[in-house]
Amino acid sequence: MSTQTDDTPFTGIDLDWEHRKNRIFLGIIVAASMFGVVMLALLLLDVATDFYRGQTEFGISLVDFFTRDGSRREELAGFRGAIVASIMLMLFTAILAFFVGVGSAIYLEEYAPDNRITRLIEANLANLAGVPSIVYGLLALAAFVNGVGMGPILLAGAIALALLVMPIIIVSTQEALRAVPDGMRNGSYATGATKWQTIRQVVLPAAMPGIMTGTILALARAIGETAPLIMVGALFTNRIALGPFDRFSAMPTQIYNWAAEPSQHFIHLAATGIVVLLTFMFVMNGIAIYLRNKYERDL
Amino acid sequence: MRTETDSGPGITGGVARDDIESNRRIRRVLFGCASITVLTTLAIFFVLFDNAASYFFGARITEILTGASVEQLVTFTEFFTGTRWAPTHATPAHGALPIIFGTLAITVGAAFVSIPIGTATAIYLSEYASPEVRAKLKPTLEILAGIPTIVYGYFAIAFINPVILGPIASRLFGINIGRYSMLSGMLVVGIMTIPMVSSISEDAMSAVPDELRNGAYALGATKYDVSTRIVLPASISGVFASYILAVSRAIGETMAVTLAAGFNANITANPFDEVMTMTAYMVSQARGTSAVGTVEYQSLFAVGLLLFLMTLSMNLLNDRFKRRFQEEYR
Amino acid sequence: MATNTNDDTIITTGVQQINTNERNRPDETVVEASDLDVYYGHDRAIDDVSIEIPEKKVTAIIGPSGCGKSTFLRCINRMNDQIDVARVEGDLYFHGKNVYDDDVDPVALRRKIGMVFQKPNPFPKSIYDNVAYGLRVQGKDDEVDLDEAVERALRGAALWDEVNAKLDASGLDLSGGQQQRLCIARAIAPDPEVILMDEPASALDPIATSKIEDLIADLTQDYTVVIVTHNMQQAARLSDKTAVFLTGGELVEFDDTTKIFENPNDQRVEDYITGKFG
Repeated sequence: MSTQTDDTPFTGIDLDWEHRKNRIFLGIIVAASMFGVVMLALLLLDVATDFYRGQTEFGISLVDFFTRDGSRREELAGFRGAIVASIMLMLFTAILAFFVGVGSAIYLEEYAPDNRITRLIEANLANLAGVPSIVYGLLALAAFVNGVGMGPILLAGAIALALLVMPIIIVSTQEALRAVPDGMRNGSYATGATKWQTIRQVVLPAAMPGIMTGTILALARAIGETAPLIMVGALFTNRIALGPFDRFSAMPTQIYNWAAEPSQHFIHLAATGIVVLLTFMFVMNGIAIYLRNKYERDL
Repeated sequence: MRTETDSGPGITGGVARDDIESNRRIRRVLFGCASITVLTTLAIFFVLFDNAASYFFGARITEILTGASVEQLVTFTEFFTGTRWAPTHATPAHGALPIIFGTLAITVGAAFVSIPIGTATAIYLSEYASPEVRAKLKPTLEILAGIPTIVYGYFAIAFINPVILGPIASRLFGINIGRYSMLSGMLVVGIMTIPMVSSISEDAMSAVPDELRNGAYALGATKYDVSTRIVLPASISGVFASYILAVSRAIGETMAVTLAAGFNANITANPFDEVMTMTAYMVSQARGTSAVGTVEYQSLFAVGLLLFLMTLSMNLLNDRFKRRFQEEYR
Repeated sequence: MATNTNDDTIITTGVQQINTNERNRPDETVVEASDLDVYYGHDRAIDDVSIEIPEKKVTAIIGPSGCGKSTFLRCINRMNDQIDVARVEGDLYFHGKNVYDDDVDPVALRRKIGMVFQKPNPFPKSIYDNVAYGLRVQGKDDEVDLDEAVERALRGAALWDEVNAKLDASGLDLSGGQQQRLCIARAIAPDPEVILMDEPASALDPIATSKIEDLIADLTQDYTVVIVTHNMQQAARLSDKTAVFLTGGELVEFDDTTKIFENPNDQRVEDYITGKFG
């Protein structure tokens, strides 16, 4: 440690090994932290390369890709039907999950008494968030596709996704409601407003940016979900779904179909599809972050 | 606001009473919304048990209750100890061990990746990283967590298996790797669960009060001592909760393992072999023309029920650790 | 109140002579600050402090809150290094070695200078492991009999009789006063030379406080104690030397405790002691 060993009061303390141990440890944890970053970079790089090679070596034309629907023949296959189906899925998932999810959160935050039923609902919510997504697919398959007799239609997929993202929407809405200061509620009550008037006209508007952020993030998660749609029966289709009662294949299921094919052409179609899917996701996340930053300052 | 029924100062009725009545209605509607989440859980239980019964007993629970005859088609002994899984084969075999093995092998393998790397990342973020590094590293890990599993599956089948594992297998071991391998599944699931371990563990470590760190520094402890002997032990129940969550997630993981590990139900010690997880089996059956009443369809629910019970027990365990941690640092 | 410089000198000399005679050894300086400044960002927390802290005595640091007395204490074992924005200028010597020299490792320094904090901060470990922690991280667990060292430290902290039957119990299960004595045991277990105490009794009830005070008096047999306190009676009861810091991080007066409390030189110290301000 010190060269002038004679005149320091710390002579008896040898910290060389301690310092070497600290440096080794820091090296290990920095390397471990970089591992995730490197893997993300490799993943994105791999997708980007395959996307590029799809354009150059396999002659995948983006115009064709966006204007053609599914096909068993690799040179005719496109993504239009899948994109349309995914957008419709998001729309119906949002409609199904948003109102019920926000309603549940309002009940839990503003109305629910602290009793066993409330605690049961809260505990169940935490548990639902840990149920594998494929199980939601089984639920929709048994209850709606076959139970009610819907068949493998887009609405059944939307129901599965709505049930899947509902806990996420509820929890983020609860957080947004909790962030509204009590002073706002009291101010409203003091003017003679009822509880519902207060929630409707004061609390919800104040919490809305947070609720929207949470909902968009939940939908960004839903748009990439594959397993529940496969369970519901969203597989190959060469037709475009025009409404909620049509059979469909969405972006992630179409990507799965292509990726599972042995042909290199299909693999590169899958990479092209992934670029579109990730673009959708990043845009949705970007909107959510923008909303959060914009309104965080106001509150 | 006054109406003719009013007496006194006008604070007892009229419009206010209507408002109270409508508030009650709204409260009931909102309660209905909240109970949908409980109904969802009940429906999952019901659907899985109901349909799984037809796999084992030849009739659904609802049918048995209405008088259908019970005939044990698949014994639990066979299901849990049989080593051949081919429920749809001409000579069917119902031993689920190979697909249970596939799921557990990949879960354990993934844990060997995600637990050490995730914990080390959490220690770095919580104890060492400067605010600037944190501000970059944390969102990057969040992106890693947000990538859809199908994309990880693609990463496995298009990169990890052919580009990384293929050459290793052929040059070092002389094995010709196929399109799928168990090791590829372990790696890709491990990578995708790193952010769960790191973010939840980091939260737990950050909750450790600074007084404890200062107490250790004042005794001449180094940063390594403080990280490994104070912060990690003090946050251990929160850290364990993150491990259990990652394991639970790995058990239920579907698309990445399907595209990484494949569809060959077999029990093997060779990491370059193709294996089938429970979830991959479910995907493979949904690909076919599963129709109500067939054994393919019924087996989906039998396997799904087992999967659900495995993740449920993990989640309950996770809940206990989480609660213990919250009690320690309130 | 007007003070006579000559009288002061006589009294000071007298006290020192009494001390020297009683303890039969000269004061040797262990810690010495010279023109020490500490800044938090742009704010000056310690203003040009010079002080010599004698060996095996209790030196009390008193002053109103926010006067920088804790900051000064944390300079001595470089705990301020843990605060990113803190900056130290000037010199602080430990046995004549400037602890802010580049070749001084704060880890080594803290193995010589222990510390007890304002709020008891036992680790969430057993009582035994709390006391053994310092010995373990300092690598002394091979050299000494750990059980013996733990017992000695707990006896030294007057806690042994209360906990010897439950050394495996968590340190968090003890009462507040016991927790603080556990922290003192933890600090003395690795046998440092100096023990810094940052208002060690401020979070405790009167009975626990008096136990800690008795303990501090005993500690001077083996250790140099520097104690920060806002409680003037405590400083008067416990310490041999007293330093008075006033707002702005200035050391206004440093002298024998009796002198400070009976006949301070500085009018501001007089006002502070008599409760006119602060």
